[in-house]
Amino acid sequence: MSNSSKRSNLRVMSAELSLLSRPDGSATLFQGDTCVMSAVYGPGEVRINKEQIDRATVEVIYKPRSGLPGCTEKSQERLIRNTCETVLLSSLHPRSSVSLTVQEMQNSGSLLACCINSMCLALLDSGMSMKCLVAAVHCVLDFEGAVFLDATDKEEKGAQACVTFVFDSVDKNVVMVHAVGKYSVEQFNKCMSVCRTASADIFHFYRETMTKKLKRS
Amino acid sequence: MVDHVGTVFLPGDTIHNLNKSEKTGKIIIGPGLRQESETIIVSKPGILRHKEPNIYWIDSHQKKYVPVKGEQVLGVVTAKAGDVFRVDVGGSEQATLSYLSFEGATKRNRPDVKVGDIVFARFLVANKDMEPELVCMDGAGRSSGMGVIGRDRGFMFTCSLNLIRKILSPGCVLLKTLGNGNRFEITVGMNGRVWIHGRSVVDTIMVANAISAAEFMDKDQIRAMCSKLADRFIVVE
Repeated sequence: MSNSSKRSNLRVMSAELSLLSRPDGSATLFQGDTCVMSAVYGPGEVRINKEQIDRATVEVIYKPRSGLPGCTEKSQERLIRNTCETVLLSSLHPRSSVSLTVQEMQNSGSLLACCINSMCLALLDSGMSMKCLVAAVHCVLDFEGAVFLDATDKEEKGAQACVTFVFDSVDKNVVMVHAVGKYSVEQFNKCMSVCRTASADIFHFYRETMTKKLKRS
Repeated sequence: MVDHVGTVFLPGDTIHNLNKSEKTGKIIIGPGLRQESETIIVSKPGILRHKEPNIYWIDSHQKKYVPVKGEQVLGVVTAKAGDVFRVDVGGSEQATLSYLSFEGATKRNRPDVKVGDIVFARFLVANKDMEPELVCMDGAGRSSGMGVIGRDRGFMFTCSLNLIRKILSPGCVLLKTLGNGNRFEITVGMNGRVWIHGRSVVDTIMVANAISAAEFMDKDQIRAMCSKLADRFIVVE
């Protein structure tokens, strides 16, 4: 498998937790040069019109680096929110709200994956109850059919297709897929298996980061 | 298995081979763990703790307070609404506190509570589906230290829930050592709020800083800090 993909591993990741003092949990994640900062507030008070009687309302606000959020940003926001709703045990906190703010700091490719991973770290930092963890892996398919993992923005531009997979930590099942471009079923499956293998590195990184944080006290 | 205890677990991990009680064959699981048919799954990131013979829980680091029945908390009265006071305890919704749930309170003899007061109270009702309810009495109808505290004096600040559990644990030396050379009143709520009243403003600030700084210290470091503070303390006086 590693022969067919030109970059068989992810870019270097580094994270800092609880950087912000006001939110209940926050994380800054670097994946290569791409950097995203996420903050979690909750479970907190919810507006009456958004109240759900059986579970917590999850709100995600995606902030682009500059300007106002447009259609692309809103769709990205929705993808992050859906992923977040899947992993949170929101039935434990009915009639409350969990609010997430995802701030793009630097986009050097694989931005959506970085957003989802930083969201997961921020949730871990906040100590909210979750079903499992999620890891997002981005890959691009070039015109020769080769798979690049965790592509930079330059590689994204010259690609046939860009695919982001999100896997859960228990069975490594696909939670979410976001794909742009042209690809065949075989190519898609190849991307998926490459990304699934790479997701283990991200889960390992989460464990390392949390161990560092928890062993301090 | 013993080697599980003290290691870091993340949500989604399953835990096997937990000690069962010899009599009942049961395992008692606390915060951060949940049962799914026959397996026990972790739901909060943290360190697995164990108490003999069969009690397990996850010690997680959290800033947001979630009300738990029976816990004593520090709240701020935000409104008077008929028979009850609304109290902000830092949870997802405000708790209610009946005016009859104070020591010696009757329908005629109302307790003296104003909006903005800090109350130390215990949760009578706290579950996810109901509005949390506070009382300022123990089971025997005594106040036992609860009620309005420190009107117009003292200082309240917030810290992480872990630090609260740390300073309230029986093995913690912080309050004992701090109190050696220095007199102050302190009230610690499980919701991450601490109220302090020292002999002077400088004292109060010093104690507050010492408590905040103790979060990641071990016993010896705490003792060292306290002895340093004790020296400083005489100079200020």
